[in-house]
Amino acid sequence: MHDFYLSLTQWLPESLQTVVWIMIKIVSIVLPLMICVAYFTFAERKVIGYMQTRVGPNRVGPKGWLQPIADALKLMMKEIIIPTKSNKFLFLIAPILSLTPALAAWAVMPFSDTLVLADIDASLLYVLALTSMGVYGVIVAGWASNSKYAFLGAMRSAAQIVAYEIAMGFALVGVLMVAGSLNLTTIVQHQAGGFWQWYFLPLFPLFLVYFISGVAETNRAPFDVAEGESEIVAGFHVEYSGMAFAVFFLAEYANMILIAALTVLMFLGGWLPPVDMAPFTWIPPIMWFGLKTSAVAFFFLWFRATFPRYRYDQIMRLGWKVLIPVTLVWIAVIGLAKFYTPVGFIFS
Amino acid sequence: MLENYLPILLFLAVGLGVGAIAISAGKVLAPNKPSEEKLSPYECGFEAFEDSRMKFDVRYYLVAILFIIFDLEIAFLFPWAIVLDEIGVFGFWAMMLFLGVLVVGFIYEWKKGALEWE
Repeated sequence: MHDFYLSLTQWLPESLQTVVWIMIKIVSIVLPLMICVAYFTFAERKVIGYMQTRVGPNRVGPKGWLQPIADALKLMMKEIIIPTKSNKFLFLIAPILSLTPALAAWAVMPFSDTLVLADIDASLLYVLALTSMGVYGVIVAGWASNSKYAFLGAMRSAAQIVAYEIAMGFALVGVLMVAGSLNLTTIVQHQAGGFWQWYFLPLFPLFLVYFISGVAETNRAPFDVAEGESEIVAGFHVEYSGMAFAVFFLAEYANMILIAALTVLMFLGGWLPPVDMAPFTWIPPIMWFGLKTSAVAFFFLWFRATFPRYRYDQIMRLGWKVLIPVTLVWIAVIGLAKFYTPVGFIFS
Repeated sequence: MLENYLPILLFLAVGLGVGAIAISAGKVLAPNKPSEEKLSPYECGFEAFEDSRMKFDVRYYLVAILFIIFDLEIAFLFPWAIVLDEIGVFGFWAMMLFLGVLVVGFIYEWKKGALEWE
């Protein structure tokens, strides 16, 4: 494949050849990702529909399968309203600020043993850095809108995201203690052997904390006070319309898929089959990765259909007084078990 | 080694580009008929009163300050967790001492009610 490409582009200078080749790879990640995001929105409406004994969207195309495309076209044709009192530049840059990290984090995602765009040593650090950037989009949007609801939504969301980010970071420290590497590929390879080797068993509390924090980080139900429709209309994106709103929407769903993929990589064995035996190994690794990610992403939808919204003080209590102490204790437990007990091997 | 970071740089550019192109496409394709009412901030249909950049609860500041402390802690824990097997028992207890100091502070702020939202 690469050789064919090289023969096709001989006339280009070598450096440019590399850049174009990388761009082709990037597009082959981003394009399927965008399609996944579009159909994730469709899946959400369908899943919640069936959970509430409705059918969900079923008019556009066969069984509603063209719904996301119709939505995208509609949003593209709607006016982007920029309020008079807003800071115009910040107002338009905010949605981009929240979409960029959600996409760029995929640069280091290993889809299988060899299938990774940038195999850097500090890939987990890079992912953590980028997911932290997401909060800027929300804050900038809330500030630039110059509207009370947007401002309140942004304040709430920012405080919530930073609170849960700490729990998330501590949960990752536990993973690092066991895996001994920041490289996502190595972390997955450490879990090889079968599902009993995956980190969700020895790190079960951290697995739960990570996933709950992930739901809170993406401002999803039951932690969606940032856009609580019944109190502050739509929160930080109340003034956004048309494509500017659509970009926020894409970012939210892209972030959900990202959190699901990270959960799979760090706790559920990434692309590895649950049992290293014949019928399971027939499915290619990238399919396993996709299947597991979809399964975890499904929980986001399930939560939204099942749980009522938390009150803000409950959210803060859960983050600071439950999740952070749990992670701190489990970090100490891992260390003590490693050095002082005969069962230390389960943590290495 | 450093050339491994080139795809990341390009990916960031693509990420920026996707958002920028989407919004520009919306700007170009969508109608643009501004009116005074349409461009006013939304406030349940009433005229907006007072400045929307109002005073807010001091607890948001508190959360931000606590976040900085704990996030720094995580930044210290990351490299420690990676080399834990090499630095052994001594390294483990050194970090536990450090974490212990932080936990004392955490208990203090808990008791002081900095984490209460009523």
